[in-house]
Amino acid sequence: MIRFDSVSKVFGATRAVDRVSFTLAEGTLTTLLGPSGCGKTTTLRLIAGLELPTEGRIEIEGRDVTAMPAAERRVAMVFQSYALFPHMSVRENVAYGLIVGGMAKRAALARAEEMLDTLGLAGLGDRQPSALSGGQQQRVAVARALVLRPRVLLFDEPLSNLDARLRRRVREDIRDLQRRLGLTVVYVTHDQAEALAVSDVVVVMREGRIAQIGSPRDLYESPADPFVADFMGEANVIEGELSPGRDGLARLAIGNHTLDVALTRQAVGRVRLAIRPEAIRLALPDGEAGLPGTVQRAVFVGAHIEYEIDTPAGQLFATAPSTEPPVSAGATVFVGFRRAIPLG
Amino acid sequence: MSSVRLAWAAALVFAVALFPLPWYAGRSTAALFLLHDRPWLWPGLACLAAAAVTALVVPRSGRWLVALAGAALVLLLLQGIAIGLPTTTWPIAAALFGTGIGQPAFGLGAASAIVAATLLIALGFARARAFNADTTVALIAVAGGISLGLFVFLPLLRVLLDVFVEAGRFSVAVALDRLAAAEAWGLACLAGGVRCGVVWNTLLLATLTGVLSTLLGLALALLETRGGLARTGVFRALAVLPLITPPFVVSLSLIVLFGRTGIVTTILWELFDIPRTRWIYGLPGVLLAQVLSQTPIAFLLLSAGLRAIAPSLEEAAATMGARPARVFATVTLPLLRPALANAALLGFVESLGDFGNPLVLGGEFDVLATRIFFAIAGARHEPGRAAALAILLLGLTLGAFWLQERWVGRRQYTTIAGKGDAGIPAPLPVGLHRLVSALAWPWAAFTAIVYAIILFGAFVHDIGRFDLTFTWRHFIEGFAIERSDFGLHFRGAAWDSLFTTLEVAAISAPITAFVGILLAWLFARTSFRGKSTLEFVTLLTFAIPGTVVGVAYVTAFNVPPLEITGTGLILILCFVFRNMPVGVRGGLAALAQIDRSLDEASATMGADAATTLRRVVLPLLRPAIVAALAYAFVQAMTAVSAVIFLVSARHNMATVYIVGRVEAGEISLAIAYSSVLIVLMLVVILVIDRVVGAARLGRRTAAPLLRVGA
Ligand SMILES: Nc1ncnc2c1ncn2[C@@H]1O[C@H](COP(=O)(O)OP(=O)(O)OP(=O)(O)O)[C@@H](O)[C@H]1O
Ligand SMILES: [Mg+2]
Repeated sequence: MIRFDSVSKVFGATRAVDRVSFTLAEGTLTTLLGPSGCGKTTTLRLIAGLELPTEGRIEIEGRDVTAMPAAERRVAMVFQSYALFPHMSVRENVAYGLIVGGMAKRAALARAEEMLDTLGLAGLGDRQPSALSGGQQQRVAVARALVLRPRVLLFDEPLSNLDARLRRRVREDIRDLQRRLGLTVVYVTHDQAEALAVSDVVVVMREGRIAQIGSPRDLYESPADPFVADFMGEANVIEGELSPGRDGLARLAIGNHTLDVALTRQAVGRVRLAIRPEAIRLALPDGEAGLPGTVQRAVFVGAHIEYEIDTPAGQLFATAPSTEPPVSAGATVFVGFRRAIPLG
Repeated sequence: MSSVRLAWAAALVFAVALFPLPWYAGRSTAALFLLHDRPWLWPGLACLAAAAVTALVVPRSGRWLVALAGAALVLLLLQGIAIGLPTTTWPIAAALFGTGIGQPAFGLGAASAIVAATLLIALGFARARAFNADTTVALIAVAGGISLGLFVFLPLLRVLLDVFVEAGRFSVAVALDRLAAAEAWGLACLAGGVRCGVVWNTLLLATLTGVLSTLLGLALALLETRGGLARTGVFRALAVLPLITPPFVVSLSLIVLFGRTGIVTTILWELFDIPRTRWIYGLPGVLLAQVLSQTPIAFLLLSAGLRAIAPSLEEAAATMGARPARVFATVTLPLLRPALANAALLGFVESLGDFGNPLVLGGEFDVLATRIFFAIAGARHEPGRAAALAILLLGLTLGAFWLQERWVGRRQYTTIAGKGDAGIPAPLPVGLHRLVSALAWPWAAFTAIVYAIILFGAFVHDIGRFDLTFTWRHFIEGFAIERSDFGLHFRGAAWDSLFTTLEVAAISAPITAFVGILLAWLFARTSFRGKSTLEFVTLLTFAIPGTVVGVAYVTAFNVPPLEITGTGLILILCFVFRNMPVGVRGGLAALAQIDRSLDEASATMGADAATTLRRVVLPLLRPAIVAALAYAFVQAMTAVSAVIFLVSARHNMATVYIVGRVEAGEISLAIAYSSVLIVLMLVVILVIDRVVGAARLGRRTAAPLLRVGA
């Protein structure tokens, strides 16, 4: 368990982390998500002990570690650059933490070898780190962290040096390993798809503060504010008047147009709504009311087509599967919403 | 190191400081047996004892420890300074403890007490969670700060305060008088008088050296990078020579060539009846010697600057229709401006600090460095005058450094971007090519001759008088070894100073390199309050001219509490603190290339700072360590300016011995000895390079570029 109690980290004039509190349960994988410079790395380094907080209190497994240096915390970290020691072989890299911790050299090297086996790196122990591929280096970095049986394992953007295909595989590997060993993992990324795919809990950060914490589904379906909505996959934010409608749907009035929408949660009155691009329908069945709009642009991007549509609610960004009949730019359409997310 | 172990170590050091180590230098009584009749020792030792006990029994004592140990350090130093020789004891001490009291200088016991206090202060800071709560970091920072204070700033302050002292009285008017003296600022020469002030002399010489060496260096660099020559290795080979020669060796060679009985002078006399004169002694000779030493360094800087200019820029100008001369004037030269300014300023600063050449060739032409020397070591000992001149020299040097930092300091670091630039540097315009060839080749040949004279002169009878019969005589005189019943007997006159030099260099070089690299690590990888001040102060010590350091050391360490003048220790300390900043700079540059996450990874795997240093940082810094070692060794072997004040009959240094031979007119022996030194240094550098690391010699050149005076 990791607990932050109103933790801040100030660098000169920047509040990189600003009164952040959260509790992360044992054995879960949490991702820290947010735009560049929002304080993700700093939060991770605070957990590792590489930075000491300016104020606040940090607990790991019930112990106050606020002022404990990194070397004593038993928190392992996999760095974005992997940080493999270039002057040691792969095996020596993995054995390093054991030897430093006082284990006999021979035993440490044997343990390192086992760990390399576990991660599918058998036979690479004698190589220099520079003689490995990016994916292999990444696994060496993980092996080096895991061999110490850490209480907590931290990853700072571990996939950013890998190509798209390898990314997906390594991401799954990390998830499997975490489940198998019951590790508490904190994972930094700014790719929301990655966050949604691997985590139990997602922490969305913004300018040093927590914007929202929750399960991936929660965050996607009921974001707390436009920032989170937009960050968790794109969203169109519109404003309108909600009133109860029929069949469990709500009635949404925008100007003098009205239409029926399904809401992710109950709301009435004047509200802001987030609409996911894939929740926008362009060709409405006959008899259904919709917003009139003009297609400004239609772009084919493979699996689907992206549209920009001018409507009385503002410009909307919509996607439709490319298996549906395309609408060309300049056409007039009636737009409906499959589902809308009321924002708090 | 763990907090508990450090506490025990400190307590142990404190215990031996009390007993059995002798408290005073040259005595044998331990502090324990002195306490009864020296009450002034009580406060400091009591604080220290309290601190040691606190450290052992109260594990969470942070601030208290710092306060107690800090008080102990201050009290111990203060009693040492206040109560020295009976004649210099402070009135307040006399009032407190009785008149006529005095005590000898600190010995091993007192030194241990100071070490114990330092350890305890560091421990206290670490326990108070300062310095990342790491004892190693705290120890390096605190020990670094205290030793810089003791061995750089106290002596400097001490000698500079002398400017106020006249016949034992303190007076501001006297100081102002001395600083504004006609000796320094006089303009008599403009009005037809004999001499101008020594400040003007120094400035004139430094400016000329800066400008001329930059121009010649530029010619050499242009010819090397743009001249279309197949082999330019000869320039580089010549460029390394000045880095490993004692600074005045060039002067010796110039005397041999242009002195009254010199080779060239004799030829001109015999063939053209041009009368023999002593023109070489004075501004022309010193200038020639300094330009000869400085041009290769300017060449290295400018050559690097030229290579850093992406050829595509020049090609772009050419495709836009600019002719070669125009490309050179509008693209190449402007881009080179920072490198030019840098080379000129460095030449200027080097000239300010140079002592050896003006001493050997100056004649009637005095500069600040030599004038300071004679004010201290001359017939009349005038510390006040020396202090005033030292302040002026320090001011000029710091001013130049300040200019350099402000003007070009940052821009030096622009280099070629990571991506390959496939272009070819623009060829030189034809006219310019002729001009630089006409300058560069003769100059390179001249430099080669100057150095050849040193090697050649060692093997002939008397090259100074043009007597060129082959002989081993000078080597025998300097380096004869006899076999006797008691084994080998080093009978040659030079052996003593050579052994001392090697010993001092061999002891000080590793310390210098090690301390420099540790401090670099501290500055690059840790953060604590006061770090930037400590870093600034460390690098500033580098700007203090050697002559000033020499005066400061000999003055400050000639009396209790730190009385080490005349020992080998003072030489070692002097070299360590003078050369360490170069190790720091080299280490900083190397650490900038090593990703910080390597240190952090080590920390998250449970390694404390000391382990990380030993297992990760130092192995990766090997090239920088080699460079610092080589630099420190060469400096210790070639320096003159500071050590000439510090040598003694028992501990003489090679360079000072050689200067002595020159003054005694034994040029040939001086030349033979110099050539031995040069060969020796080449050998040692190669050995260091082999043994310590796989670093290439080429990487070294970056460090000596920063050398200031010698
Ligand atoms: N050592 C430091 N000194 C000064 N400012 C810092 C330091 N480290 C981080 N910051 C600042 O703190 C803020 C948060 O930085 P942090 O590295 O945590 O961002 P991040 O969310 O990891 O961003 P990215 O996604 O770009 O990696 C930034 O504004 C950054 O400039
Ligand atoms: Mg980051």
